[in-house]
Amino acid sequence: MNFLEFQRIQGRRAFLRECASGVGMTALAQLLTQDGLTAAGSTGVDNPLGPRPPHFAPRARNVIFLFMEGGPSQMDLFDPKPALQKWHGRPAPESITGKLQLAFIKPSAAMLASPRAFRPHGACGTMFSDFIPHTAARADDICLVRSMYTDAFNHHPGQLLLMTGSTQFGRPTLGAWSMYGLGSESQNLPGFVVLSSGVGTSGGATNFSSGFLPSTYQGTLFRSSGDPILYLANPPGVSMEAQRAGLDALRDLNQARYRDTGDVEIASRIASYELAFRMQMAGPELLDFSGESERTLEMYGVHKEPTRPFAVNCLLARRLVERGVRFVLMMHASWDDHTQLNRKLKRNCDITDQPTAALLADLKQRGLLDSTLVVWGGEFGRTPMSEVRNTQEEDNAGRDHHPQAYSMWLAGGGIGGGRVVGATDELGFFITEDKVQVHDLQATILHCLGFDHTRLTYRHAGRDFRLTDVAGSVVRKMLA
Amino acid sequence: MPRYLLPAALMAASAAGFQATTATHAGVDFERQVRPILQKCLPCHGAQQQMNGLRLDEGHAALRGGYSGAAIVAGNSASSPMILRLTSDRQGFFMPPAGDRLAAGEIATLRAWIDHGAPWPSPRKTAPAVRSSSHWSFQPLVKPAPPAVRGRSWVRNPIDAFVLSRLESEGIAPSPEAVKTTLVRRASLDLTGLPPPPELVDEFLRDSSPDAWDRLVDRLLASPHYGERWARWWLDLAHYADSDGYEKDQVRPYAWRWRHWVIEALNRDLPFDRFTIEQLAGDLLPGATNEQRVATGFLRNTLTNREAGVDRAEARFEQLVNRANTVGTVWLGLTVGCAQCHDHKYDPITQRDYYRLFAFFHAAEEENVDAPLAGEAGPYLRALPEYRKQRAELLREFEAPALQAEWEEKIGGAIREPGKVLEWDFALTSMKAMFDRAERVLKTEPARRSPRDQARLTDYFVRSPGPALGRDKKTLERLKELREKLEKLDSGFPALTQAPVMVRDQDAGGGAHLHLRGDWRQKGIPVEPGLPAVLSTAPAAPGADRLALARWLVSRENPLTARVTVNRLWQELFGRGLAATAEDFGAQGERPTHPGLLDWLAAELVDRGWSLKQFHKLLLTSATYRQSSRVRPELVSRDPDNRLLARQARLRLSAEAVRDVALAAGGLLHTAVGGPSVRPPQPAGVAELGYANSVKWKESEGTDRYRRGLYIHFQRTTPYPMLMNFDAPDSNVSCTRRQRSNTPLQALNLLNDPVFVEAAHALAWRVEQEASGGFGDRLDYAFRLCLAHPPSAEERERLGRFFDQYSGILRNQSAAAGPVSAWAAVSRVLLNLDEFITRE
Repeated sequence: MNFLEFQRIQGRRAFLRECASGVGMTALAQLLTQDGLTAAGSTGVDNPLGPRPPHFAPRARNVIFLFMEGGPSQMDLFDPKPALQKWHGRPAPESITGKLQLAFIKPSAAMLASPRAFRPHGACGTMFSDFIPHTAARADDICLVRSMYTDAFNHHPGQLLLMTGSTQFGRPTLGAWSMYGLGSESQNLPGFVVLSSGVGTSGGATNFSSGFLPSTYQGTLFRSSGDPILYLANPPGVSMEAQRAGLDALRDLNQARYRDTGDVEIASRIASYELAFRMQMAGPELLDFSGESERTLEMYGVHKEPTRPFAVNCLLARRLVERGVRFVLMMHASWDDHTQLNRKLKRNCDITDQPTAALLADLKQRGLLDSTLVVWGGEFGRTPMSEVRNTQEEDNAGRDHHPQAYSMWLAGGGIGGGRVVGATDELGFFITEDKVQVHDLQATILHCLGFDHTRLTYRHAGRDFRLTDVAGSVVRKMLA
Repeated sequence: MPRYLLPAALMAASAAGFQATTATHAGVDFERQVRPILQKCLPCHGAQQQMNGLRLDEGHAALRGGYSGAAIVAGNSASSPMILRLTSDRQGFFMPPAGDRLAAGEIATLRAWIDHGAPWPSPRKTAPAVRSSSHWSFQPLVKPAPPAVRGRSWVRNPIDAFVLSRLESEGIAPSPEAVKTTLVRRASLDLTGLPPPPELVDEFLRDSSPDAWDRLVDRLLASPHYGERWARWWLDLAHYADSDGYEKDQVRPYAWRWRHWVIEALNRDLPFDRFTIEQLAGDLLPGATNEQRVATGFLRNTLTNREAGVDRAEARFEQLVNRANTVGTVWLGLTVGCAQCHDHKYDPITQRDYYRLFAFFHAAEEENVDAPLAGEAGPYLRALPEYRKQRAELLREFEAPALQAEWEEKIGGAIREPGKVLEWDFALTSMKAMFDRAERVLKTEPARRSPRDQARLTDYFVRSPGPALGRDKKTLERLKELREKLEKLDSGFPALTQAPVMVRDQDAGGGAHLHLRGDWRQKGIPVEPGLPAVLSTAPAAPGADRLALARWLVSRENPLTARVTVNRLWQELFGRGLAATAEDFGAQGERPTHPGLLDWLAAELVDRGWSLKQFHKLLLTSATYRQSSRVRPELVSRDPDNRLLARQARLRLSAEAVRDVALAAGGLLHTAVGGPSVRPPQPAGVAELGYANSVKWKESEGTDRYRRGLYIHFQRTTPYPMLMNFDAPDSNVSCTRRQRSNTPLQALNLLNDPVFVEAAHALAWRVEQEASGGFGDRLDYAFRLCLAHPPSAEERERLGRFFDQYSGILRNQSAAAGPVSAWAAVSRVLLNLDEFITRE
């Protein structure tokens, strides 16, 4: 490992570039070049979070990943299966079920037809269910993938595979890889932000971990109320003026120590305190929706239930992207409807559909959709068969985990809208055309960001790792 | 009609596949016809490379087969996997996977040859290949003599001779010794993880005798906080946590009992070889003590996936993989995990080697046992008869035994006839996920169950009575009442601390297998426990168990454990291992900067009876350790990473130590050693990130809020944010070296986290209460508490100015603004200084 590599990994002189215009930072550049201490790395190439060019011209600069945790039911939302009506209440043919691995139910479980009404939407005529009318109205922006599949059929392994390309622990997530590859364009916010709604996910922090990458690349959890970032607000009784006075004293003392020891790590710490202060100023501005028009707030559903929490996150996601944040991961849990599918699925759709569609519309009207890749989906889909846990309750049926075929959608950022990729058999068990494995999706997302997924690598424990492990190919049919 | 007919006698004779001659058998000439065909397979299945463990250039090996078993079934081509693959069209199965397929005639020749018994003329009786490697870390450990140096006066012990020899060859002088105030803080942080108490500083500064330093080191090594500091180092390697991990991430209420053992073992300087043996196999030691069983909790730090949809066999497989990988990382310093799916690409570790290591853990299972701390057993035993009586009465009063029998019948039905009643299938699936060894316990006659199993089964039943009773409102109410009464009963009686341990699995049910492609569903050949062939030439003793593995790990035969361990101990004190890749001593790892020193240290650790305390003393009493950490401008471009050790390193403290020094400076730290985990204040919204809002964070009360960072409850899916901000590992896999990042989130954490604000206020209070005199005297005291040295003139002037400025701000603020005094503001600056969170 050479010095530059070491510096990059250690996060040395992080944020210097962003801090160049910062409060009280005029002395810093001078400080760093004096004494000849930093001659080896003074060309500014070693900021781990500075923006970096990808392998080729990107179509997307930012990503908003709407992670619908738990596995939304594709055949009740995106992939109509009228043939299920014929089989409703009867077991599926053994020729099919013999090939399935199931989490809870037995292969002999009865088939479950969807009561949803599907109809074509937009100029493209893509079929969507009546549970998601707002999303359906954006059909012409959406590339619906009906042929997703994954290798894991339980939640946490499935989420690890979707986010890190492996069911093993310890790998970096999609957001962390994006940060590692592209750096951040934000002047005063973290580059990888996580927003959460609902009940909490199976994967928890492993969905936005930096794994073996430097921890600088991990996602920062924002809260949608109170301080958006943990510990952003001053302690009680400390005004901004007082905070600044303390930071000035701190900076002067740290500078003295830097002169005394020559350790550039101190310069890096000085810079990180200045960025922290700027985050303190920027945080409240980020959360202040008073500049948003009433029409916008209404479009997202910020003022009403049950859309409010998810709407706030969607609006925040747009505001984050506007401010240069590279990767926004929105996690909504849970879509894991083993039982009471009709009731629970409707509830999640009522919460998310309108804000999701508003996000697409809003990004588009501001000219941001072209450069922002929006991804919607979960770690796997749900079975065509029913799962019943209480035979006495009316409408108790739900669906089990189904990794062999499910749906996700993408929009913006280099993706071609108004199209459908892939198809499944008439009962929805297996894919019949254009199989898209999770690694293919990851390769495609990285492609939109300007990366050859086989070349975005990081050396760890003796070998080069990549998000797509040893698989994945870009799905050209998705690209604009 | 087959073209070749062999006499039955010859068929029988060739069942073993060997013929002593090169003669042609019924028309198939092996050398002329068969070998040239097999030759095509050799790039992947030859001497250089044996994909899937198969080699076809040598008779014995070819007929033995590969990892998935035989490739050639002598006498039966139709069931020979070789032929099946050569003739298949299935992607991923057919052979060869790329390039031209074999011609039909070639396949026919192979078929004929196999049907004739696959005779392999004059199989070269090559000795079983002894794997060897010239890689440095696999070589036997030989203690080198310390090199001669010119600057002998600098040398305090042999470490310095190795370091100085290298420096002299580069024409570089070592750095001067650090000032005493730096040294005392450095030693205290390194050995106890805490800042030195002011009295200790004063004593050391006053002491001008030649052995002052040695005595300081001895005192710190004798501190009970030594065990805490170095336990955290070990916990990283063991990936300790207080919860299961994965989706359900259930709390492990007694995980801490193993941590308690580690602290105690380090404090009594349990030699590292014993430390190893007890943690991997304490239960198998003759006459094992309870504490030796508790030590095996090391192996219980694996994650447990309790998602109900997970196949139990899969969950167990993942645990065994984790154990094998952890042992590979911690003791061998090798990335053995690469060989889970295929032979290691860089190191001489085959997939078979991997599953032989894995097999050591196959015959072990998890158990929880009573592990009372001192003083617990007496009161417990005295109260036990009464407790049992009351519990039995309570169960009878609520007719629990009859209800339980009915429930057992129903849920047992789901074992006997799966798929019959969906609800009970689900109840059983859920139970298997949450209740370890559910099927085995249910299948055992109640009278034959252990009292522990019987009690936990009853407790499970009372909590989860299943769908049938679940709908009977009245019974459900009764069971709820019973549950509450049982809880009340339990809380009224003295209890014993429990410990998660490993025990020998009585019915492991067959041996372990190699798993093809690392897939738990695809069993390959059976494997016996055994050591990696490259490291151990001795044939594995039959029935080798964990104890044999542990003993071998710390034996003279294995050179890795000592090398890997001293390198990690060095890394903690110098910021960088002598071999920088502490996790990889294989071919892809970095070679050591001072190979002689590394081997000398490794041999020295063994020679000193594996005493970690003696080893620490050796490191701390070297001149190398005592150097100043000041960066030397003339060396920045020459030796930017300080590989030559021409100075000490400035190291940001670990996450836990950052917390500890702040609490200690404020006088808030509660210094009790050992015991259960605690939950200090954590911002709202963090625990809520856990699965289905199931993670509860009930703040600890009283002194528990102020305990050291290593006692903070670690919930794997929603870890304590302050720890993560400062690079604590996520505890899902073994961590051999932490990162030291430097981020604005750390700045916000130190500036505004109520825990640190409280520490600043407490420091201010101490300064105002405990010090007398004017601003200067009080500032001196504050510096002593935080940094172990008085302020410089510049620091004094700048903080004086800040104190006045802040007093002015306070005067202009309304009284309602808050109770923040100018001293609290000064304290907050001190606790945020880079120097404060750095070991210099």
